[in-house]
Amino acid sequence: MTSRNDLIRVEDLRVAFTLQGNLLEVVRGISFRIKLGSIVALVGESGSGKSVTAQAILGILPKAASITGGKILFCDPKNDGEVTDIATLDRDGEDMRMLRGARISMIFQEPMTSLSPLHTIGNQIEEALTLHHTVEKGEARGLTEDMLELVGFPDPHRAYDMYSFELSGGLRQRAMIAMALICRPALLIADEPTTALDVTVQAQVLNQLKVLQEKLDMAVLLITHDLGVVANMADEVVVVYHGEVMEAGPVKEIFTSPEHPYLQALLHAIPHFDMKPGERLESLREVKYEIGSALERKNIDTDSAEPLLTIANLRKTYTTRKGGFFRDSAENKVVAVDDVSLTVRRGECLGLVGESGCGKTTVSKMIMRAVTPDSGSLTFDNGNGPVDVRALEGQALQSFRPRIQMVFQDPFSSLSPRMTVLNILREPLQIHNIGNDAERMETVTELMRVVGLDPRFLNRYPHSFSGGQRQRVGIARALALNPDLLICDEPVSALDVSVQAQILNLLKNLQNELGLTYLFISHNLAVVDYMADRIAVMCKGNLVEVAPREVLFRNPVHPYTRALLKAVPYPDLSRPLDFEAINAGGASNTQVWGPQFNVSPEAPKLIHLELGEEHTVLVNPNTEAGELRV
Amino acid sequence: MLAYILRRIVIMIPTLLIASALIFAIIELPPGDYLESYIAELKAQGESVDQAQIEFLRQEYGFDKPVLERYFSWLWGFTQGDFGYSFEYQLPVSDVVGDRLWLTVLVSFTTIIFTWVIAFPIGIYSATHQYSWSDYGLTFLGLLGLAIPNFLLALVLTYLAKIWFGTSIGHLMDPKYLTEPMSWDKFKSILEHLWIPVIVIGTSGTAGMIRRLRANLLDELQKQYVITAKAKGLKPFKALVKYPLRMSLNFFISDVGSILPAIISGAEIVAVVLSLETTGPLLIAALQSQDMYLAGSFLMFLASLTVVGVLISDIALAMLDPRIRLSGGATR
Repeated sequence: MTSRNDLIRVEDLRVAFTLQGNLLEVVRGISFRIKLGSIVALVGESGSGKSVTAQAILGILPKAASITGGKILFCDPKNDGEVTDIATLDRDGEDMRMLRGARISMIFQEPMTSLSPLHTIGNQIEEALTLHHTVEKGEARGLTEDMLELVGFPDPHRAYDMYSFELSGGLRQRAMIAMALICRPALLIADEPTTALDVTVQAQVLNQLKVLQEKLDMAVLLITHDLGVVANMADEVVVVYHGEVMEAGPVKEIFTSPEHPYLQALLHAIPHFDMKPGERLESLREVKYEIGSALERKNIDTDSAEPLLTIANLRKTYTTRKGGFFRDSAENKVVAVDDVSLTVRRGECLGLVGESGCGKTTVSKMIMRAVTPDSGSLTFDNGNGPVDVRALEGQALQSFRPRIQMVFQDPFSSLSPRMTVLNILREPLQIHNIGNDAERMETVTELMRVVGLDPRFLNRYPHSFSGGQRQRVGIARALALNPDLLICDEPVSALDVSVQAQILNLLKNLQNELGLTYLFISHNLAVVDYMADRIAVMCKGNLVEVAPREVLFRNPVHPYTRALLKAVPYPDLSRPLDFEAINAGGASNTQVWGPQFNVSPEAPKLIHLELGEEHTVLVNPNTEAGELRV
Repeated sequence: MLAYILRRIVIMIPTLLIASALIFAIIELPPGDYLESYIAELKAQGESVDQAQIEFLRQEYGFDKPVLERYFSWLWGFTQGDFGYSFEYQLPVSDVVGDRLWLTVLVSFTTIIFTWVIAFPIGIYSATHQYSWSDYGLTFLGLLGLAIPNFLLALVLTYLAKIWFGTSIGHLMDPKYLTEPMSWDKFKSILEHLWIPVIVIGTSGTAGMIRRLRANLLDELQKQYVITAKAKGLKPFKALVKYPLRMSLNFFISDVGSILPAIISGAEIVAVVLSLETTGPLLIAALQSQDMYLAGSFLMFLASLTVVGVLISDIALAMLDPRIRLSGGATR
């Protein structure tokens, strides 16, 4: 029976997709409830049915899907607690549309694609208001601007007339929140609302959501795979797996005494900052791999003084045409990478972290010779003498290419859908004319074993693999040419937690056994902490701090590094996010950094100060090392 | 915006100059000129040719002057509203074309409206009901429209119109009105004949447009913002028209640029088959008989319309799509 306190009660919900005449059940009897004004987190991997459940509640299931059983009882407090069964309503009918957007609303993962680029955000937000309320023509704009201010737009009057592509990711998501909340709904469904955002922005948006939830006294259904977010936001947690609820309860019980093996395994699979040296993640499904003879094992002489790659004073500016179509175009230079010097030692894993747009990917592209630097030098030395990477041309460049290979972020778009895995893995060998057909086949077969895939799958196309398997194909492709340096650009950020652990462990094993060197780019500090030996932090094209892993996490000096570390949500109830500290204008706001970290009139250029223990930090030249130890 | 339009108009001038040079060069390319063809024709008919008269004509039409001079005097004529002299018709070009121009515009304009009125609802319906029987049926009809040759359809429709409605064969009006001035009866006769060329010319355009609209709209319907619009509680039809349909219109607006020249020149073959009083057959005849000023002015007119059409569609695109208007592209 519905208690007076329940806003929504999902009872034995079943949703099925019709695929080529077959019924495929993706939600198999999910039940949970959301109390008035509480935050419930729905946790699970992709494909677990959590988003489909949310779509069913809002009546926006895809055409091929239908509710095959169960009830969704919505008890609207504004309507004297009258109970409606959403499952029985016509999706596009009048009754459902009255609820949708007014009493129940939703925000989505991708703030870029969720807003129409052809309409101003004011227009789109106002539409939600005028759809459900009769508002005077002049009044609507004022109410919309009030809402924009409430979600944290600095200049709501100007923001009203802006388009989504003129806003940053964080502001776009705030505009989405404004659109969802303008009718003061009783329930907000947030589907991975911060997954596409940087940690620092994520913390701001989460804080905003929490503040608004209390202010407007609404309930939130938070869908996420990030247990760190759950620990910081939720009152209750529902864990789903394959369309069924594995475990549900108050957040405290879920984190302190998880009972279901799936949940326990999930908690073990997340990298966290308290891992002991040598401690490994427990992947839900460990990859069994074997390394044969085709791949060369490099002997790493760790004492060898020469680093594998030396980057000195690398600089890259992009010219953008400011103004646009109708105005006169004025050239505008944006410094993407500013005077970056860095060494990558043989056999180490160097982590490169920073918010999106800080230049970390540009650095990797310059190393790959995919982007031409403006100035600076790149020297590569794998024991056969130093090579000036920037000066390579023609045949020399071609024969250098195999030395550095790359693993990409998105396993879906980085593999051609028109090539079989065999073609994908064989292509590098063909390009570089390595071996004959039989030898290539042998190498490819072994590559599959190396990443723990069955060689019988060679004739399949990428679409028949899961995200984790595809990423393993991507790794195998990168290994095909026996590289010395592997650049991993956010290799796990598109993957589920359980698969993430599997890929990270595989990368770690391969590094040890093949003697590889990694440049590991990520915005996820916990992942970098798990993988890297040394960590370099980038902010706005500058390298602000470089230190060995344990030093950086024990004693971060630069305020930017500190802000990044503070913004990471821990899957641990005893370490909540310090929202107060985060909201002071964002991590890369140089004004709050203090004079030691900024240029001054007498010292217009910052220097890298040695702090000992291989720890350097970017400071004003007048700063003493002693001042920085707080 | 104003500065941009002005700049575009200024750029049009050198574009048109280059086009005019190319056009003049091309119509000069074939050996001989209209007079030579004319003399050859007279001789073939066994008539005597008066050398003095030929010489007079040669001077009169300026064939004795160098090419460059003729080019510039032709070009200068444009600025004065003088488009040259048609040898074949013994009339100024503007008089030859003028008669047929408004009939051509009528046919083309009706055809365009016909295309839009038929293609839009069908395209939208097909996209929103993808893989339904009605979608398959309409797509099949569209394919038929693409596949049937225009001239064949023209002949079949003319035959049926004659049998069912007693409409006279060919032309845009009953032959008895051909030389008469405009009257109510003549107008009725034109309307009676108009539908055949409109359907014939419009069919393949409609079919192509249905396919493009369906494909574009299907792409847009997958996008996240459509779900956002639904999640707001918008009615399905409003959510369709305001967001995905508008996004899918960019291709359509780009098309507007090529519509302008097509209004004047379109569908020559159908016009020949149905012996329509439009400008298409006129252009073909002028090219065949080396009636160079008629052909050249005609081509020049098409070039100008193309340039203006592209300008109009660019401005319309920028007005409708803020991404084009506001975002500056990064350069590498």
